[in-house]
Amino acid sequence: MSTFWSLYVIAIVVFNLVGCAVLLLANSRLSAEEARRDTTGHVFDGIEERNQPLPRWWLFLFVGTLLFSAAYLVLYPGLGNFAGTLSWTSEGQWQQEVDLATSESEPLFREYAKVPMEELIRYPEALAVGGRLFANHCAICHGSDARGARGYPNLTDNDWLYGGSPVAIKESIAKGRRGTMPPMMALIGNTDRDVRDMAIYVQSLSNPAMRDNTGYADAISRARPKFAMCAACHGNDATGNPLFGAPNLTDRIWLHSPRLADIETLIREGRNSHMPAHDHILSPEQIHVLASYVYSLSQPASPEE
Amino acid sequence: MTQRERIPVQQVPAATGTALYARREPIQVRHVTGLYQRLRDIGMGGSLGLYFLLPWVQYDGRQAVLFDLPQRRFDIFGLSFWPQDFLFLAWALMLAAFALFFFTVLAGRVYCGYVCPQTTWTRLFSAIERWSEGDRHQRQKLAAAPWSLNKLWRRAAKHSGWLAVAVATGLTFVGYFTPVRELVPAFFAGHVGGWALFWIGFFTIATYGNAGFMREQVCLYMCPYARFQSVMFDADTLIVSYDAGRGEPRRRGVRKDNGTTSAGDCIDCNLCVQVCPTGIDIRDGLQYACITCAACIDACDDVMQRVSRPTGLIRYTTGHALAGARQTLLRPRLIGYGIVLVVLSVLFVWQLVDRVPLQLDVLRDRHQLYRVTSDGFVENSYRLEVLNKSQTPQRYRLTLEGPDVLTMIAAPIEFAMPGGTHRALPVTVRFDPYQDPPASHSIWFRVQSLDDPTLEVRHESRFITPQ
Repeated sequence: MSTFWSLYVIAIVVFNLVGCAVLLLANSRLSAEEARRDTTGHVFDGIEERNQPLPRWWLFLFVGTLLFSAAYLVLYPGLGNFAGTLSWTSEGQWQQEVDLATSESEPLFREYAKVPMEELIRYPEALAVGGRLFANHCAICHGSDARGARGYPNLTDNDWLYGGSPVAIKESIAKGRRGTMPPMMALIGNTDRDVRDMAIYVQSLSNPAMRDNTGYADAISRARPKFAMCAACHGNDATGNPLFGAPNLTDRIWLHSPRLADIETLIREGRNSHMPAHDHILSPEQIHVLASYVYSLSQPASPEE
Repeated sequence: MTQRERIPVQQVPAATGTALYARREPIQVRHVTGLYQRLRDIGMGGSLGLYFLLPWVQYDGRQAVLFDLPQRRFDIFGLSFWPQDFLFLAWALMLAAFALFFFTVLAGRVYCGYVCPQTTWTRLFSAIERWSEGDRHQRQKLAAAPWSLNKLWRRAAKHSGWLAVAVATGLTFVGYFTPVRELVPAFFAGHVGGWALFWIGFFTIATYGNAGFMREQVCLYMCPYARFQSVMFDADTLIVSYDAGRGEPRRRGVRKDNGTTSAGDCIDCNLCVQVCPTGIDIRDGLQYACITCAACIDACDDVMQRVSRPTGLIRYTTGHALAGARQTLLRPRLIGYGIVLVVLSVLFVWQLVDRVPLQLDVLRDRHQLYRVTSDGFVENSYRLEVLNKSQTPQRYRLTLEGPDVLTMIAAPIEFAMPGGTHRALPVTVRFDPYQDPPASHSIWFRVQSLDDPTLEVRHESRFITPQ
């Protein structure tokens, strides 16, 4: 608020407060003339308002509210830019409540953090806490059931782009992940046919039946040598590399889509995937509990009643 | 017989004018006994007893009535109410409102005179006042007297008595919200938490102030009921009224002439004014300040007996009866309020009996309508919020009702929950598109207790497939 508007607000507030006080005190007595008639001088439809005095404590209540307002305006913000002598802010109050909640939950998280993740997944209470963290921070992309969506990995299977060990999961949550598949069209021949050949070959990696289909044989044999360009990340055997988050192309789990046209687009244009880092949102202890929950999802004997 | 003449009084106004606010005139109420005061004692004894004893009642090993705000749970004799049951509070308030309307139309302000907390505590405080300072004239004398040892100890006794009752009231009030069996020992041992102490203090001061000092001021200037009860009154409503036809013209002294004079039955003893807790003169007619406590009836009946006149100069009557007109108990308004009251009561009880202490909410996943998995399945994900509102642990079974091609995965089909807990279940429902042409369906999630099959809830949701 600029100084002008601040002064403007202050003027309005003070005017109103003083106005109320003047109105109250100026009207608390009848004039000598009115007192003689014992009426307030108000006439409505020919009916005169008699003076039926209110109890005096009522006047004191009015005065009390005025004093309260004045004290409030000194202590709390209300007069333009003046912050009040208590320096109260709604954000500060929110921060106080956050700090209180944190201080109450911190010991619990500290206890959980002492337990290795492999063991923590046998604590139903810890998993319930982790489940709530998941619902708040992860479910918007990975789904409330953690089964992902197109472009967002399913966390309940045993297929992991960056590895499914407790350490790797923790790292993914804390630091985030940045998966980069560069556009490969120029490197494998630059024609639409080259792209299509490669897409067919990639599809056949996870679908051996295609290799026996004579219709695909030419395309596969043309593309096979060029796969060397892809092997840098996906490996010679196309089983991927958790170091770069390069997916295994020989299984039937597809992050984006198994459709030929979609694979072609991917080869042509590449793709950048981004899992945001959470270490500035969650404490290391919270990440420990959350990672345990995620880890538990893909464990065969998850401890469920 | 000399007719007493009234000397016309001319109020001389001060030169500076008159205040629109007046100092409160203290009312010293005279003690009165009689039939209606006994009835009031019974009504007040009942409500005071209920108020002070109810928190101490145990049910099923726990406090029978406990409004646990931090846990957001109200326990009332084995029934637990949750924020989701807020509707019951609305029902209860509506019931209370219509009961008030009904009884006001029927019998006037019986609530005010017989069970209102303001009346009840004021009467209790008045009794303490009477024990320590004596009745009306003694109190008036004491108030006018200069400070002396006698005045000091009587006043001290009165205020200590008031404070003791006020503290007990505050303590009991907080005892409805936090276990009273721990609160009271903790209070006297001096280690009660800050907020509990604040509220005990608040209700102590409020009781002390309201019942000790504010008294009729609450009825006259603060109570909204005093202001709107007049719209519910009609000529057949039971009111406390002075029979002006019989009483006027009033004249002091015992009637010895066997009705040959023109004087009415009212001997102008003013006792009806002296016993009135709101300080009104009932002979001025029906007034909003009358709380129908019937103290004036008891006082007047007593006097009438003493002067050998029939009682009932001031009595419970109706406008029509006073005017000699026909009385009708059944009026459209009364019948209307009565019907609403009965319907609401039946609905309330039915809802209470029919209530299932189990709640299920289904939230569809927010950011995707459906997903197609890499192996061709169509999946929808949901978050099921299950709330065990009973006080005992339960085992539940979750089932899905819908087309056969839908199956539920990734959900614990059977699960246990302790009493009064909440649990979120992520659930996936999948559909095999090879089995059936894709279409969207209504589905129902059903949660049933394995221990008590009558505990069952169903919630509808929707399964969405690509079109």
